[in-house]
Amino acid sequence: MSIVVDRLSHTYHPNTPLETRALRDITFELQRGAWMSVVGHTGSGKSTLVQHLNGLLIPQSGSVVVDGMEVREKSPHLRAVRRKVGLVFQYPEQQLFAESVLEEVAFAPRNWGVPEAEIPGLVQSSLALVGLDGQYLERSPFHLSGGEKRKVAIASVLASAPEYLVLDEPTAGLDSFSRKELVDLLTALKEKGYGILLVTHDLDIALQASDAILILNRGEQVVRDTPRRVIEHLRGDHIPGLSLPDIVTLSAELHDRTGTVPVTWDWRVLAQAIGEMKR
Amino acid sequence: MKFLDNLTFGQYVPSESPIHHLDPRCKIACVLVLLTSIFMVRHTTSFIGWGLLLLVVTSFSRLPLRLVVKTAKPVLILALFTASIHIFFTKGTPVFSLGIITVTREGLRMAAFTALRLLFLVLFASFLTLTTKPMELADGLERLFSPLTRFGFPAHELAMMMTIALRFIPTLLDETDRIMKAQLARGAYFDKGSLWKRLKAFLPVLIPLFIIVFQRAEDLSTAMEARCYRGGKGRTRMHPLTWRTSDTIALLGLSLVTALLLIADRTLLP
Repeated sequence: MSIVVDRLSHTYHPNTPLETRALRDITFELQRGAWMSVVGHTGSGKSTLVQHLNGLLIPQSGSVVVDGMEVREKSPHLRAVRRKVGLVFQYPEQQLFAESVLEEVAFAPRNWGVPEAEIPGLVQSSLALVGLDGQYLERSPFHLSGGEKRKVAIASVLASAPEYLVLDEPTAGLDSFSRKELVDLLTALKEKGYGILLVTHDLDIALQASDAILILNRGEQVVRDTPRRVIEHLRGDHIPGLSLPDIVTLSAELHDRTGTVPVTWDWRVLAQAIGEMKR
Repeated sequence: MKFLDNLTFGQYVPSESPIHHLDPRCKIACVLVLLTSIFMVRHTTSFIGWGLLLLVVTSFSRLPLRLVVKTAKPVLILALFTASIHIFFTKGTPVFSLGIITVTREGLRMAAFTALRLLFLVLFASFLTLTTKPMELADGLERLFSPLTRFGFPAHELAMMMTIALRFIPTLLDETDRIMKAQLARGAYFDKGSLWKRLKAFLPVLIPLFIIVFQRAEDLSTAMEARCYRGGKGRTRMHPLTWRTSDTIALLGLSLVTALLLIADRTLLP
């Protein structure tokens, strides 16, 4: 069971003077219980890619197959695909519209035709997944803090009971505490068996949490590999608009000078290596 | 899935053409000449000449003809509606009858005439926005209206309002597209059910959109005040408009051609 993307390409406004190639021959597979991060600078095609994964954009060439169901125009499976692949857009709190958190989170299950009697339970369990308790149910989503609004928006996607969660820059505009909370939440969801696809320009988060990283540059796939191999690739090949986290640069510098410190993105590993070096 | 992915009427398309390089005031004047002249056309067959002029203007603009024709799409329904009113309700020599419906020769002629006039009006007007940046257009209008400021006409304020409105059209289209996609991803339907259901389905799009619009308006006014914006008095321009010989040639040339087309319409055709 997985999302399989094969040689996916997309062009906006084809055959017009505004024609822009957004994606070219993208190929990868995301399995349930795995975390893949898509990293790239602004305009690299990340958002276009994720919109293909639940049928908001239809492949112009290549294919997207979700658990055996192909995403294509007028496919009878399109709604089933959309339900399986929960999509959280950038600044999801800007999509909130309901009078209460309960109504907001119940929006998706009602659209999917979930029986009314099951909805309150589903809403509560979705809110619990993002760390919000029952006291939020009757509150207006517009009166919550920025981090809480984002959690409600994510809960409203989780209420569809998706099997994959695709998030487009979910940490944008969050403080470091809320950012860490969100990464911990996604890690917990991954452990529960959700397939996580995180779109980010923050290589730091991608390195810490992902099983695999796909790097895009101007719509093309530069590298798709494990975090360690991606680091090796980026040390050899500079990609415009994408820089290595400071901790990786520091550990790489120490590695080159001493030969004993490993190249790492984990501060604990680096601290331990420096401690051993001093001894 | 395409939502707002099509080029819309009023969108600027960049190109390195002689028309793109004309002064916006010249283009506004040219469009006024063209629109007034089209209203003065009397015969349907004259539109052949106007069609040829459209081809010439298109080739000067270096825009694909398909793109120019596409701008008339939004008024196609209006043109067809107007034409059908003329076909079914104009009295004259019957061509054929079906029950109470009688189609007359005069009705067909009037239908073709009004539909063509409407389409040519839109097609020629679209060149103004296709070949002029919104900011240049607003600058051009401000300069054209500036003599009226001595009578209290708010030329600068009007141009600024127009600039802001034009600037935010693509942004708001993007926001609408994004919110619609987000609600679709949560299982919303926008194209199924009765009219009432469809209208109701747009509430989850309209409410967030209104919030974003007001938020942006407030941010913009704060940003303008923070940069000491106090209206147009004493303001200078980074790129002042300059009327060149090419603008005079373009305006005179176009006026001459339209005059010849109107003379042909009045004298050569029965």
